[in-house]
Amino acid sequence: MISLAGRDILHSWSKFVLTGIGLGLLIGVTLTMAGVYRGIVDDAKALLNNSGADLWVVQQDTQGPYAESSSIHDDVYRSLLSLPGVARAANVTYLTMQVRLNNTDVRAMVVGFEPGQPGEPGYLIAGRHITRNHYEAVADVKTGFQIGDTIQIRRHDYRIVGLTQRMVSSGGDPMVFIPMKDAQEAQFLKDNDAILNERARTAANPSLNRPGVPGLLEAIQASQNANRNVNAVLIKVLPGSQPDMIANEVRRWKHLQAFTRVQMEEILVAKLIATSAKQIAMFLVILAVVSAAIVAFIIYTMTLGKIREIAVLKLIGTRNRTIAGMILQQAIGLGLIGFLVGKTAATVWAPFFPKYVLLEPGDAVRGFVVVMVICALASTLAIRAALSVDPATAIGG
Amino acid sequence: MRGFGIQIEGLSKRYGEGDTAFDALKDVNMTVAPGEVVGLIGPSGSGKSTLLKCLGAVIAPTTGRMTVGDEVIFDDGWKIDDLRALRRDRIGFVFQAPYLIPFLDVTDNVALLPMLAGRPNGESRKRALELLEALDVGHRAKAQPSQLSGGEQQRVAIARALANQPPVILADEPTAPLDSERALSVVRILNQMAQQFNTAIIVVTHDEKIIPTFKRVYHIRDGKTFDEKGLELH
Repeated sequence: MISLAGRDILHSWSKFVLTGIGLGLLIGVTLTMAGVYRGIVDDAKALLNNSGADLWVVQQDTQGPYAESSSIHDDVYRSLLSLPGVARAANVTYLTMQVRLNNTDVRAMVVGFEPGQPGEPGYLIAGRHITRNHYEAVADVKTGFQIGDTIQIRRHDYRIVGLTQRMVSSGGDPMVFIPMKDAQEAQFLKDNDAILNERARTAANPSLNRPGVPGLLEAIQASQNANRNVNAVLIKVLPGSQPDMIANEVRRWKHLQAFTRVQMEEILVAKLIATSAKQIAMFLVILAVVSAAIVAFIIYTMTLGKIREIAVLKLIGTRNRTIAGMILQQAIGLGLIGFLVGKTAATVWAPFFPKYVLLEPGDAVRGFVVVMVICALASTLAIRAALSVDPATAIGG
Repeated sequence: MRGFGIQIEGLSKRYGEGDTAFDALKDVNMTVAPGEVVGLIGPSGSGKSTLLKCLGAVIAPTTGRMTVGDEVIFDDGWKIDDLRALRRDRIGFVFQAPYLIPFLDVTDNVALLPMLAGRPNGESRKRALELLEALDVGHRAKAQPSQLSGGEQQRVAIARALANQPPVILADEPTAPLDSERALSVVRILNQMAQQFNTAIIVVTHDEKIIPTFKRVYHIRDGKTFDEKGLELH
């Protein structure tokens, strides 16, 4: 038996291909939206993986350092190191800000870390690690910075000495790593005018500037300008130790909050990006409905254009299922062209997106099945129209 | 050898019920022998199309008896279950316009019917080519319908009607879009095919030019059939 659908497609292939390309671009957008969601989740996981930590210790009653602000003293890590099962503990700071290069700003997450400890950049793709205590930086390639560039963070200039990859915040901002002391200063130290103003205010306060108490005012002013806080302490546990048990110890005895890897992933994926995920899901639903409507409309219009031929086919004895099969196959064919175009388009344009777009093969397979189902469902309207054609309309009168 | 190509006795068709009831066909009788081509003429609204639809097993008559070949297909009710198969295997159709399937080439337009009947593709195409040769359009076998002239398209439509060797062909104003020469050529072909394939052909027409070419003509008026002398057929 001849494939009526195949012959019709071959006969008017340009119409099919052009329609398929239009549909394909829509499918490409849908696949890209799914890729954007996957990219956000993958960024969050990469953030946790690359930190090299098993436990995140943050301020009590907070879900820091990524989801909420957290501030703890920078000597806390010493007491944490004394806990059984802790191999390494290191301070980290995170601050999302505008980093200046020449006359342009780049939005980045500035990370303060201690070299050789959890929290340092996982691997470099160019240059070297930070070897000096101040004014050197390692940046993610997504910042666009080059080795040797001088960037400005707050009041100080930093030279880029190394480049890393896939080190981004949960919001997709690329990271810039600088030494811990510099990061604390960038995060907590006020500008010179504010310091002078604060000193004058303190000196004008009679309770803080008492006559006959030498050294008190200087001591108070010095403490006001000291930076003794960090956002979190990252802990690497000893092999064979239970992170859950260590986290319980931290919560019980140190008056701090501690999260395991699983809990932190829950915070990042289920809470922090939940709204974005819902937003993208809504887009996916709308795009699926629009795609279905377009396929239904196209197939329906194409079928209406063949009503006389369908009446003739029915009159000369063609089975209803042959006619329904023809329309269904055309819808599926359109979906197939659309999917191929969409997948190709998404693959081509994904690298140009500013944030990471992860096109997973599993999503492509699921997308293909959904497109086929949508096309099959969308063809039902046209099939109903075709099957309701009276063969008598082929005979005049 | 078949007894009849087609025979109808006392066929009537009523549309609607009660006060709005309308009798489109009233006690119609007609017999067409195998190999015979008859004309069916009548003014608009006379019941031609209704009769054609009944003969084509597209709509059910209200009462009467209808025999195609040697099989009673209607006797105050359908006697067979599968009208679709009946139309496919036992009745050929030629329309006012050829209505060829535009996305199939000439051969496949003709071969489609045997294929629908379950015959192998090769055998169906062989049969199609034989018919196209017989109708003098064999040289256009690979062409698309849009590449044919009106007369060629109508010949292909005739070949399609003959493809399953039906005992009856119903032709609904097959010469309407053609000029005189081509119209007469189509009638000549129908006569030739009727004899060659022993098929009964009923040609519904308004075309005064071709009416004299029929050996027998049925007139239909107000839902009743009359012979050439104007006598009502009972």
